[in-house]
Amino acid sequence: MLDVRDLEVAYGEVQVVFGVSLHVDKGELVGLVGGNGSGKSTILRVVSGMLRARAGAAEYRGQNLNGVPPHRITEMKVAHVPMGRQLFGQMTVEENLLMGAYLPRTKANRAANLQKVYDFFPRLTEKRLSPAAALSGGEQQMVAIGRALMSEPEVLLMDEPSLGLAPLVVSEVMRVIGSLRELGLTVLLVEQNVRQVLKVTDRTYVLELGKLVKEGRSADLMGDPDIIKAYLGV
Amino acid sequence: MDSAQLTAFTQTLAQGLLTGGLYALIGTGLSLIFGVMKVINFAHGDFLAIGMFITLALFRAFHLDPYLSLLVAAPVGFALGYAIQRFVLARLGDRLSEASMLATLGLGLIISNTLLLTFGAQPQNINVPYAIQTVQLGGVQLSIPLIVAGLGTLASIGGLNYLLYRTELGRAIRATAQNPLGAELQGVKTTNIQAIVFGLGVAFAAIAGVLLMPLLYAFPTVGENYTTKAFIVTVLGGLGNLPGAVVGGLVLGGIESLGAFYISNNYRDAYGLVAFLLVLLLKPEGLFGKTVKRV
Repeated sequence: MLDVRDLEVAYGEVQVVFGVSLHVDKGELVGLVGGNGSGKSTILRVVSGMLRARAGAAEYRGQNLNGVPPHRITEMKVAHVPMGRQLFGQMTVEENLLMGAYLPRTKANRAANLQKVYDFFPRLTEKRLSPAAALSGGEQQMVAIGRALMSEPEVLLMDEPSLGLAPLVVSEVMRVIGSLRELGLTVLLVEQNVRQVLKVTDRTYVLELGKLVKEGRSADLMGDPDIIKAYLGV
Repeated sequence: MDSAQLTAFTQTLAQGLLTGGLYALIGTGLSLIFGVMKVINFAHGDFLAIGMFITLALFRAFHLDPYLSLLVAAPVGFALGYAIQRFVLARLGDRLSEASMLATLGLGLIISNTLLLTFGAQPQNINVPYAIQTVQLGGVQLSIPLIVAGLGTLASIGGLNYLLYRTELGRAIRATAQNPLGAELQGVKTTNIQAIVFGLGVAFAAIAGVLLMPLLYAFPTVGENYTTKAFIVTVLGGLGNLPGAVVGGLVLGGIESLGAFYISNNYRDAYGLVAFLLVLLLKPEGLFGKTVKRV
């Protein structure tokens, strides 16, 4: 469904992604992990149109995404839950969610989708009239995910949803991400928290300094000596 | 204070507040643009001059009532602002805050000089019979154009408030102001929203120009003074703070009017500047701090 082929990305003169290829099939929950500066968020930004690739391609259902502006990619049913959540801080939770249904194609089911999001995140129901900035980090992450769900996506791109959250909250957010599969979504999850990712995803790609160093079923990687040594270390 | 003094005070204050409403209208446009794009529009007063000259030209050519030219000036202002954002400011790239300063200053010069070439340098006014008529309102005498200006301001700011807080477009505008990246990812074409916002801001300046025309003489550089006033208003209220701009406008109008009456009319413009400096020195975040709602 989502295909990244031989992707090369540079910020000015500095190249950060070197010939990365990966794919996410329909209904899969795929992880993309790596340390700081490994280029994982950069790859995600190319897919959602925030950045242009220098070479290679990111394709969604066979359509090249390079050079397509972000708002058009959302229109194509690829939703991005960005790093740092990027909520509208002074708007209420409900207004934030409604912004997720900004596109005309999402208007018909808007009320029903809003109810679905509240059913999925009961805690947001109580906070629906609070400004988003007043919520805790975990709640804000739920608003960000809920907002993306309001756009009726087929693919969800998630950029470091655990960033800045307390460990207990991270587990909760990861459980939520795991359950997104039940909604029939295809998810590409970018994370630093390798242990958590391997627990919830079907397959995982491991990135180091802009190159893929491992890929495979998450259950297998969990027992891989290199992974244990580098990321799960005792 | 005896009753004559009280009447004089109320009279002065009422006139000041109505003039202040116009300042609020101008300041709101400037503040809206800043709130969404972080661009300071140095040509703001020149768009007001365009509104004045449109009114003047239509009056001269067709004897059109000045207030009817709102139907022309507001859309022209919107279209002009939309085009400027789309074709000039949007092309400045990532050094927008510095480059936009020069670009809007340049646009202002182009506008005032075009007006100079077209209409000449001499101050011009229009004569409508009601321009010198007054209405008695609770012991206060107010000229009809001043009252219409007050009503026009109320309607414009009320309309903007409705747009921002009651419509989908308004929600998208606020979203773009608060987090452009977040808005773009929801499918909002933020470049279009920015052009609409610049259009609205310029339309507000043009509307203010139309409302001022029956009260003032128009000349090509009439806008300069109003760019300054728009700054004072927005700094009083806090940049990007719309309700603040409204209060800032009323405060400025009140200060000017009272100062002109009780101290000296010669320094009318100076009172506002003094207030401006005091606010910058004592409360640089504006009269209302950061606690109030922004765009």
